[in-house]
Amino acid sequence: MKLGVLYSRVRAEEKLLFDALDARGITYDRIDDRDAQFDLTNPGAWRDYDVILERCINHSRALYALKILNDWGIPTVNTAYVADVCGNKLVTSSQLVKHGVPTTRIKVAFTPESAIRAIEEFGYPVVLKPAVGSWGRLLSKINDREAAEAVLEHKEILGSYHHSIFYIQEYIRKPGRDIRAFVVGDETIAAIYRQSEHWITNTARGGQASGCPVTPELNKLCVAAAHAVGGGIVGVDVLEDPQRGYLVNEVNYTIEFRNSIATTGVDIPNRIIDYVLAVGRGEIQVL
Amino acid sequence: MSANCPECEAEITLTKPLKGEIIVCPDCGVELEVISENPLVLDLAPQEEEDWGE
Repeated sequence: MKLGVLYSRVRAEEKLLFDALDARGITYDRIDDRDAQFDLTNPGAWRDYDVILERCINHSRALYALKILNDWGIPTVNTAYVADVCGNKLVTSSQLVKHGVPTTRIKVAFTPESAIRAIEEFGYPVVLKPAVGSWGRLLSKINDREAAEAVLEHKEILGSYHHSIFYIQEYIRKPGRDIRAFVVGDETIAAIYRQSEHWITNTARGGQASGCPVTPELNKLCVAAAHAVGGGIVGVDVLEDPQRGYLVNEVNYTIEFRNSIATTGVDIPNRIIDYVLAVGRGEIQVL
Repeated sequence: MSANCPECEAEITLTKPLKGEIIVCPDCGVELEVISENPLVLDLAPQEEEDWGE
């Protein structure tokens, strides 16, 4: 089997994956996305790959590379479809709602005026997020009308056009933590709590990880969320609403797991590799 | 293997460098990328872009 790992930079996760592949004696190609090029009408050596594991840090590079590879018939983990859905919070939310997965309430507006109306229908506070973005960047908790007007104006004037697609989320009064669950195929293999005094709980922003039991309820929800975005290997962020229980917040498609292996005791890199090899052998169809 | 930080010239020693690996200079804190393993060559890591993430 010919396996490729497409990446942007070798972070802790890529080192863990490379170490696990090496330990199992699996040969693979490391493909730096800065060196990659694609001749759309002539796949050339790309055709030799049975599967490519995508680990790009740039969403745009991941999305376009996966689109080309999948259109050539080369299986990837994850697929371009999953990257397209998960790379955009608005599209993710729409998919979750479409598939009946419990999620937070979202409103979308295209002008500051309509956004203000949408926000005030929710009532303060609300959360504004860029549709494309990660690691908790540019998230805004809007506590009152003055803040809403200021942030919306800044987004419209200073941001590129996609910052004027206003993605407005109800604010969930979560218990100082959220849940990151790791789904591989049809199973939630592990989950962590991300604890923070700050309302943003991303570990990239300093949230502290601790073990979270994968209950049947959590497993069912997270697998449903994964399937709603196209399946594969995803990280599902779950909020605990005091009244409504678990609500899916976001789904991520190039998961970071460095803080979750020791915390959960689950060998996440090898579970990823098991799945990728199964795709490469054709035991799991992704296209 | 050793190389100097291109920002502050601190000598940095890595036991098992990996091309593409990101490290932090212990002296000045800048993010560095391993450009070459042998000889060890370090350069400033690319700056975070808007579409970076999971």
